[in-house]
Amino acid sequence: MSGLLVLLPIALFLGGLGLAAFLWSLRSGQYEDMDGAAERILVDDD
Amino acid sequence: MNCCGPEADVALGFNPVAASGPSREEVMLASRPLPGGARQVELSVPGVHCGACIANIEAALGKLDGVEHARVNLSTKRVSVRWLNETGVPPVSEALARLGYESHLFEQGADDKDETLAELIRGLGIAGFAAGNIMLLSVSVWSGATDATRDLFHWISALIALPALAFSGRIFFRSAWGALRNGRTNMDVPISIGILLAFGMSIYDTANSGPHAYFDASASLLFFLLIGRTLDHVMRERARVAVKGLARLAARGATVLQADGASAYLPVQEIEPGMRILLAAGERVPVDAKVIKGRSELDCAIVSGESAPVAVESGAALRAGTLNLTGPLTIEATAKAQDSFLAEMTRLMEAAESGRGGYRRIADRAAALYAPVLHLTAFLTFVAWMIADGNWHQAITIAIAVLIITCPCALGLAVPIVQVAAARRLFENGIMVKDGAAMERLAEIDTVVFDKTGTLTLGRPRLMNAHEIEADALSVAAAIALHSRHPISRVLAETQAGMPTKDWHFDSVDEIPGFGLEARRGADTYRLGRAAWAFDDATSVKGTVLSKNGTELATFAFEDRLRAGAVAAVADLRASGLAVEILSGDHPEAVDAVAKALGIQTFSAGVLPSGKVERLEALKAKGRKVLMVGDGLNDAPALAAAHVSIAPASAADIGRSAADFVFLRESLSAVPLALAASREANRLIRQNLVLAIIYNAVAVPIALFGYVTPLVAALAMSGSSVIVIANGLRLGAGKRSTAKPVANRTNAFPAKEAMAS
Repeated sequence: MSGLLVLLPIALFLGGLGLAAFLWSLRSGQYEDMDGAAERILVDDD
Repeated sequence: MNCCGPEADVALGFNPVAASGPSREEVMLASRPLPGGARQVELSVPGVHCGACIANIEAALGKLDGVEHARVNLSTKRVSVRWLNETGVPPVSEALARLGYESHLFEQGADDKDETLAELIRGLGIAGFAAGNIMLLSVSVWSGATDATRDLFHWISALIALPALAFSGRIFFRSAWGALRNGRTNMDVPISIGILLAFGMSIYDTANSGPHAYFDASASLLFFLLIGRTLDHVMRERARVAVKGLARLAARGATVLQADGASAYLPVQEIEPGMRILLAAGERVPVDAKVIKGRSELDCAIVSGESAPVAVESGAALRAGTLNLTGPLTIEATAKAQDSFLAEMTRLMEAAESGRGGYRRIADRAAALYAPVLHLTAFLTFVAWMIADGNWHQAITIAIAVLIITCPCALGLAVPIVQVAAARRLFENGIMVKDGAAMERLAEIDTVVFDKTGTLTLGRPRLMNAHEIEADALSVAAAIALHSRHPISRVLAETQAGMPTKDWHFDSVDEIPGFGLEARRGADTYRLGRAAWAFDDATSVKGTVLSKNGTELATFAFEDRLRAGAVAAVADLRASGLAVEILSGDHPEAVDAVAKALGIQTFSAGVLPSGKVERLEALKAKGRKVLMVGDGLNDAPALAAAHVSIAPASAADIGRSAADFVFLRESLSAVPLALAASREANRLIRQNLVLAIIYNAVAVPIALFGYVTPLVAALAMSGSSVIVIANGLRLGAGKRSTAKPVANRTNAFPAKEAMAS
């Protein structure tokens, strides 16, 4: 039982971290040009 | 190093105005101010499709004077450009044209962020997080957690489920509430009731240390249903964006001559009757007007369906939307934009569209039958258990279990998953679908009505007697024709494209609007155009000729060219048992010729826009379900009135937005292809609905007798969703083999027709 009290918050925190990262990436427009992002990696920026 | 230009030409090159991008004045009107003295505009550039394109465009635009920022979005094929106010509008479309990319402006407001999609995806993310974590806790409970541990897990589940339901669930609650308030039911009503009751019951049980809680069921239900909802939305949005990116065919503004002699570029909405407008060759008439000065020819194909250019001179009345071809005109506005021809079409369209509002989607029709049965079953279960057992808590638990297990999760996925797969396949073939309902309606049709000009034909003439004309004469004609944008000149110029050109050095080439082209070479005068003018003989009625010093070198015979694949497409449609007819605004002879070539018996010519709508209403009154295929402004009301409609990408703006499907490629084989895909999709949707019913037939008795624990509910729901999704995706995999023959057969024709021209 005492192990659960530690593990549960950790599990939920990590899950929440993933969710927060997803919402952040959504907000910052990272899904607006998926094809472009795939191609841009091949473009040389001087 | 431009890899993509040619393909853009193939897709949209048959539209003569598309080649020249928007003017700087138009760009200015379309741009929006940003804080800090900058302006930003977004242009659609359909030709972009690789990393090199991105690098080229961004580098070239970045070098322009005053441009602060240029960024290509490859997914939406758009470029957004930001520039500083003080330097004026940079020549963006010119720079793009130099690189070989066409650019278009699109409707204002199209660049709004898609809020609904953002909401759906946020909801999906949160529901997914909740469903995953609650499921983990539930698995621990099912594996044997008891007493205080189980209660703790249930409370944590409740804590996660509450905000997720409140946030992600409101999409369904809102829609269900809207339906209930209007006295209807839709799919969202049983969903909302099921989710809310399951949650409420579970809270009660948790508070009383009960063994079962359905938090996992409500969260995963929400998650699955949101997947279906999001896919449906993405499909519609993609088509909307793609269609918005096409060339606009209405004028955004016009050069107005002011009283003091100065000229100003005004937006169309600000043009008042009586204003004088300078209309250059290649511009569209912005509002209804009459000609004051000048002489030219107008392309009315998109407005009236007439295929031949119409000569105009002072005094002639012009309709908004027609294209000025050869000479500059000074015109006087006779109506405001909102009273012009275009606006009249919009009004007819709105009137016609109300007739279609009666269509209810398959999923909603299914839900209308399904929801009352479902709720009645749950209620009767409750009553029966109360009578048999008298334990109200158990009776409610079992009734809710019935609601959860029959909650139309599979139904919610059954329809969108198939339609998304079908829309994707059509998208790959250059066909945009506005929404899923359009596919359902297309599968029901029994009659196809075609417009002629621009739909069955390209609205562009083709040279019929090339083999009778001497090579030299044709070569001279083509060389002269290069100097004009008259449709006939363009065709003549094209005949020599790709051939070794002889260098005819003309001293001068002049276009005489309404007559033709005159070229001088040394002492010789060549004239290409109307016979009466070229021979200086008013009695000649020969059509289009080439003369040298008044003597005939060649006579050209032109005929409007059938759209690629038209013959095969019409044959395909008839073979699948559909009645086919033509409704055209063009002259009877022209319509007759096309009807004969395609083997269509029923046709009417010289039909007005309102006449087209009346004809469709008459067919509808006879119980026919009509597919309308058309492109012009004059077709727009008919497109809106028909049961379902298809327009080519070259169609007028309002026609395109009225149509349910838009095809980007030239070939008319898109019509049978869209029909085949829709019918296939409908078959799969029905299969999926049957699967959902079978699932219920098995699951409901289990629930009725109270054997459904949260574990059974979770397994049953996931199982049925997976089956429905797998069945829906068969459309992508299995369909290719049956679709190919149709496509190949229709593709055999364009090659032949293209060579003949």
